[in-house]
Amino acid sequence: MKDSISKPIQRVDGPAKISGEAKYINDMHFENQLFAKTLRSDRVKARIISIRRPELPDGFFIVDKDDVPGINRMRTVVSDHPIFAEDTVEYIGQPILLVVGPERETIYNILTHIVVDYEDIEPLLTLEEAEANSTVFTDYHYDKGNPAKAFAAAVKIIEDEYRTGYQEHVYLEPQGMTGDFRDGTMFVYGSMQCPFYAEGALTEALNLDANHIRVIQTVTGGAFGGKEEFPSLTACQVAVASLKTKQPVTLIYDRDEDIISSTKRHPSIVRYKAALNKNDDIIALDIDVLLDAGAYNGLSPVVLQRAIFSATGVYNFPHLNVRGRNFMTNKVPSGAYRGFGAPQTIFGTEMLLHNIAIKLGVDPLDYKMRHMLKRGDATCTGGQIRDVVKLPEIIQKVTEMSNYREKFQAGEKYKGIGISLFLHGCGFTGNGEQMIKGKIILKKNGETVILKVSSTEMGQGAETVLRKIVAYSLDIPLEQVKYESVDTGLIPDSGPTVASRTTMIVGGLLQQASLELKDRWDETENIEVSKSYKHPDFLEWNNDTFRGDAYPVYSWGANVAEVAIDPVTYEIDVKKIWAVYDVGLLIDETTLRGQMQGGIAQGIGWATIEVMETDNGRLLQKNLTDYKVPTSMDAPLVECEFISQPYEFGPFGAKCAGELPFVGAPPAVAAAVSNALRIPITSIPLTPENLMEMDRYEN
Amino acid sequence: MKIDFILNNQSQTIDVHPARRLLDLLREDFGLTSVKEGCGEGECGACVVLMDGKAVNSCLVPAGNIIGKSIVTLESFKKTERYKMIESCFLEAGSVQCGFCTPGIVIATESLLTENPNPTDEEIKEGLSGNLCRCTGYNMIFKGIHLAAERGNGLW
Repeated sequence: MKDSISKPIQRVDGPAKISGEAKYINDMHFENQLFAKTLRSDRVKARIISIRRPELPDGFFIVDKDDVPGINRMRTVVSDHPIFAEDTVEYIGQPILLVVGPERETIYNILTHIVVDYEDIEPLLTLEEAEANSTVFTDYHYDKGNPAKAFAAAVKIIEDEYRTGYQEHVYLEPQGMTGDFRDGTMFVYGSMQCPFYAEGALTEALNLDANHIRVIQTVTGGAFGGKEEFPSLTACQVAVASLKTKQPVTLIYDRDEDIISSTKRHPSIVRYKAALNKNDDIIALDIDVLLDAGAYNGLSPVVLQRAIFSATGVYNFPHLNVRGRNFMTNKVPSGAYRGFGAPQTIFGTEMLLHNIAIKLGVDPLDYKMRHMLKRGDATCTGGQIRDVVKLPEIIQKVTEMSNYREKFQAGEKYKGIGISLFLHGCGFTGNGEQMIKGKIILKKNGETVILKVSSTEMGQGAETVLRKIVAYSLDIPLEQVKYESVDTGLIPDSGPTVASRTTMIVGGLLQQASLELKDRWDETENIEVSKSYKHPDFLEWNNDTFRGDAYPVYSWGANVAEVAIDPVTYEIDVKKIWAVYDVGLLIDETTLRGQMQGGIAQGIGWATIEVMETDNGRLLQKNLTDYKVPTSMDAPLVECEFISQPYEFGPFGAKCAGELPFVGAPPAVAAAVSNALRIPITSIPLTPENLMEMDRYEN
Repeated sequence: MKIDFILNNQSQTIDVHPARRLLDLLREDFGLTSVKEGCGEGECGACVVLMDGKAVNSCLVPAGNIIGKSIVTLESFKKTERYKMIESCFLEAGSVQCGFCTPGIVIATESLLTENPNPTDEEIKEGLSGNLCRCTGYNMIFKGIHLAAERGNGLW
């Protein structure tokens, strides 16, 4: 019998990365290559009166809005971000033009000699200000049951507000892109998650047919959502520059520029009103979600959708009234980041239940367990939980591993333990998969099988996992399965590499194609099998009313965090995280453990040390000295186990995994800090200053 | 100014501005692209190389400071037995994801194990504290280094 597919194999991209031979975009050389640097707005909001340009030396160019042959907007969900600024700038860091040339020193020199005359306009700076001025981009609402009646019948009503801050992705490889227009075709190379997003944006910006555009993903040094929609902007900019100069143009960000101008996790405010019955159970919740979208809406509406559909966490509240709004502020646009809106609302809901339980004098874990979803329950949008929910087993396991119950009772001040329960909806929200209709191709060529997908390897292990699914299904060695270059000229659009959908959706299509190919293996030397996504019949979704199954299936988890807080400095030391997950069947155990541990570390960073603030629209942290991410000294030990409920429609039963660990860690750490200091936690990041103040105030 | 130094075991004489960053010198003038730029201010460790056997951030070293020194990058270190041990242990432990921090971490590992062939958990954490990784959460890198130390009997 062959090994289980869960048994780890060596990463296919490992050797080239360890030896330093892997070529990232900044390691590539192009004949007659030019370099570009962006001139950016240094005003929060202003009208551009004039741009005074110096005399340019031979071979140097300025590229701006007038050079865009098509529409000067970056295409995404809401195509509102100008590729180059027009009459106004709406945030500090907004791109106005590129200076392009063969030599960087001269480019920098030209940039210092360009003078932009502005007329300042009164900006909107904070979420509160935006709410007061009703600068709403998107306003969504859904309800369940009869919340008005439930609130009228409530024995107690508890109101609370939760806040989360910005987060910068800090993929180690900064943004980078090269455009090269040659022989009537625009070639764009770069670090990205979604080559077909870039292709779509390029067709509109260049007014060029997709047949004349090829987007090629280069080795991508981390992404986490930060290379989802943002690279469409730089792709359009370098393409326009290459059209103008008729030479390849490369744009590589340095870290400061990357932090100032690229998308971030949405800061949020989530307001709750909970109706409790005589047993203190929550019978109804009113949830109001506010996200700071920044100056342009872009991808934010879909982030908001996941935020509000995740807002009830792993719980079954009979009556709901949920509203979500994206607000415009004059700051760098927020965008996709691992978890995609869910971490904000899950943090709020987990802490709400924790804080209510403490207030009522009951055990927080017991209180949470009284409200948990189980098979057959309706989801918050009236869909159905179809599979067994293994949370009871997961909780049992994680509390045993961590000795949670005993440690929680011990209650030594400055030492704390906390637990979080969480889920993640797998794949696109709502009817996203039906709209994208991902397509894959398997091509048999003699003994070799070529796998053609648009799923990008960005460190998460997609190439290894997808090749493994095909090799295992066909029962052939992994070496016989090749991965076609991610080049939109050579591959079909299997959808973007986002939403933890790659293994489950694209892997599922590859498994189906592999099984068909296996049956037909001996027909001829060359066989091509293609598959397109079909939405399972049992799933229903109405995108106008937000009724039905927002997700086909869910992955689940529980985390326990143990912390020690320095009684003098109030710095948090996250000692250990115990984690148990149900991600369906494991396709590759080592790859999954890597995803879980990495997601936990990022989640802890967001909850603790990753402070990013603005002052009058200007980011106060703009490099890695000011903006701290976890180092090896901060990384807690992680003990992780899996309890699997396989999904019938996932390959071998696999569900989603990449975002789930991010969602779970922050509320576990916050609950542990609450336990250590005996204070309610309602906002993150948990800075030492705030903790010290709260400890003195509350105790 | 004229500078003599040893790069990957070969003597070099170059004419360079003394303030030019070693990082740019290596990447642009010598095409040694295993050396990565992640932040340009000595915080991330992606550009770490060995200077006289010690790990340094090449973005913080001006060319004027390498006179008479020996600089080693992965391009030559990868030919050694020590490298092969680190490579196989990193592959087994799952120490690599996006790979952008990896060359710097391989060099930091070499520097750590040279100084201390049998590091404790805490010493490994300290040895890696100048190298940021955003993908792994570090646990699997620690494991890779532990494996290399265990199996590299006599190599360091």
